[in-house]
Amino acid sequence: MYYNEMIEGSDVREPYSMLFDWMGTMPSDLRQMKQAEAESIFRRIGITFAVYGEGGDPDRLIPFDMMPRVFMQSEWRRLERGVKQRARALNAFLRDVYGRGEIIRARRIPERLVYQNDAFEKAVVGVVPPRGVYSHIVGIDLVRTGRDEFYVLEDNCRTPSGVSYMLENREIMMRMFPALFRSNKIEPVDAYPELLRQTLASVAPRKCDGDPTVVILTPGHFNSAYYEHSFLANQMGIELVEGSDLFVDGEYVYMRTTEGPKRVDVIYRRVDDSFLDPLCFRRDSMLGVPGLMDVYRAGGVSIASAPGAGVADDKAVYTYVPEMIRFYLGEEPILKNVQTWSLWKEDDYKYVLSHLDELVVKEVHGSGGYGMLIGPKSTAEEIAEFRKRIEANPGNYIAQPTLALSTCPTFVEEGVAPRHVDLRPFCLCGERVELVPGGLTRVALREGSLVVNSSQGGGVKDTWVLSE
Amino acid sequence: MKLHIVHETRYRYDTPLTALVQSLRLTPSIFEGQRASDWNINVSGGIRGSAFRDGAGDWIEAWTVRGPVDEIVVSIDGQVETRDTAGVLRGHRETVNPLVYLRATPATALDGDLRGLAATASGEDGLALAHALAAAVGEAIRYRVGVTEVFTTAAEALALGEGVCQDHAHAMIACARAHGLPARYVSGYLHSNIDGEPHDAAHAWAEVHTGVLGWVGFDAANRCCPDDRYVRLGSGFDAHDAAPVRGMAFGTSAESLEVRVSVQEVEQ
Repeated sequence: MYYNEMIEGSDVREPYSMLFDWMGTMPSDLRQMKQAEAESIFRRIGITFAVYGEGGDPDRLIPFDMMPRVFMQSEWRRLERGVKQRARALNAFLRDVYGRGEIIRARRIPERLVYQNDAFEKAVVGVVPPRGVYSHIVGIDLVRTGRDEFYVLEDNCRTPSGVSYMLENREIMMRMFPALFRSNKIEPVDAYPELLRQTLASVAPRKCDGDPTVVILTPGHFNSAYYEHSFLANQMGIELVEGSDLFVDGEYVYMRTTEGPKRVDVIYRRVDDSFLDPLCFRRDSMLGVPGLMDVYRAGGVSIASAPGAGVADDKAVYTYVPEMIRFYLGEEPILKNVQTWSLWKEDDYKYVLSHLDELVVKEVHGSGGYGMLIGPKSTAEEIAEFRKRIEANPGNYIAQPTLALSTCPTFVEEGVAPRHVDLRPFCLCGERVELVPGGLTRVALREGSLVVNSSQGGGVKDTWVLSE
Repeated sequence: MKLHIVHETRYRYDTPLTALVQSLRLTPSIFEGQRASDWNINVSGGIRGSAFRDGAGDWIEAWTVRGPVDEIVVSIDGQVETRDTAGVLRGHRETVNPLVYLRATPATALDGDLRGLAATASGEDGLALAHALAAAVGEAIRYRVGVTEVFTTAAEALALGEGVCQDHAHAMIACARAHGLPARYVSGYLHSNIDGEPHDAAHAWAEVHTGVLGWVGFDAANRCCPDDRYVRLGSGFDAHDAAPVRGMAFGTSAESLEVRVSVQEVEQ
């Protein structure tokens, strides 16, 4: 009933043929040794993951599974076209809703979902960022349900995280198993940091003359993704700054350096909109830069992703992405959306409440696997409890069928067993739209579990795209 | 009317500040009811930075000051020709969709009493309803200085039954939204109140999107719609969002503030 990405019928699928022999012949003591080695490398480089509000060990590692996930070239090309198409449409949508709102005038999406959306930023109406790009890094979460069946689970247009795992997982695999990379033709992913830097430099503001200065703005080392912020800064050879390292003077933003102030042209921010500038958004924010939004709105600095980009990626707007693709690009969507019931619609509400045991129910603005109900995996009490929350605020929820997520072979206690996976590729949008061949594969390590979030017992894998 | 406005804000700091950043919404809007001439904004010792008209039609100017400085004066001096449009914001160029203004903020959040107050008003269309709401708000919150402060919410002001123009505007916004009408906060100046007494302070009122007529101003505190005695500066979700001055001073703690506003009719 679940698509097994390695075994079809009784045959090993071609992309996995070499790996099948490799894992079959690996002695279990060697495997344990390698696993320990991988963990010690992860710890040494400091890639650990802390989850807000979860307590426990803040330096906990995300479990790394040494068994790679493999895509054939032909499979990847189709995914690549689908992901780029979606990223283009999402940016066209953002350009439109902060401009003339043609898609709303054409009644292809309800105006309420856009203009009454909490993520819609009044302050940037009419502001067109360089090259018309609002979301420069689009993370698209995909699941597979069959050989040619891929679904988009959600779009992430703000600051999708996880790309450091894509890069580090590959690095560690190459270090531990160099022979695998000699006998398989695997497309490299190490161009990502340079492509990201070029993407960011390509959206420098008009007022920038010469080589643009790009920085990463982090909320600080208490943030759960701080490792990734410093990793990317390092890889790109750019400065990692906090709000207090930047200041506004006249028409520009500057960074404090030992050689005096240096003008900043592009800010890759990993700080939420509402904390960016206390003079425009939350006045109590200490994480942002006072006056930043005025400089941005007058074209003195670029911000990636653009403030307000979040209006394209909530779960209610998600249902209209196929419409966006048709409307702006005049194309048919290459990747499918999951069927979605919106609980603010009366018919959908009735259907969902009488099928809670079959469906997955999610909060419209939720993320990280929190605030959701997986009907088939929940007890009657859990369902009854969740029903109360839905009844109290139906507009806050959507429901989807429980998807039969594909499985990949994964190292477990007893050897190798199938475990459910998803995929997050990172699409870059600037002067060009780029996608490195790979992404972050998350795996639900618990047997039978469909929740791949690292906060809920998920692990990660290296993701291979074969060249031939 | 032709009005001459002088608005001076003097900030004094206990210890000299190292830098100051301000975002000023202190330039009169452009619409059929008013037109400014010789409008001058100055921040003592400051550099004028970014300046632009935003999607809501407001002119924003950013100013920065490099310290050390222990006193800053923000001064406005200019003239505005005003005309009575019966509160209607006709000919105002803005691109923000009115539905955006259905968003609640902490200052304009509804509670049971505000809903109850809103429910007492009715009208056959948006405009009539908004008039009824303004009257109800003016009735429920008596004008009195000193009982509320800058962070008082609409719900708190209603519970007190007293407040100033900011509180009336917040309550008006909340009640309009309770009826599904987009509403927003407007900051500006007022020449004289309804009895002709001079109003030497900044003023605020609400605008409600009434459908056919578009945005219409309501001053529940003075139980009228803005006319040629009013000068409109800009708008926002609430007093905080529509503030004429938003700023941040670095390297200093306490400040004291002295404000002087004069709105005089120019003899022609």
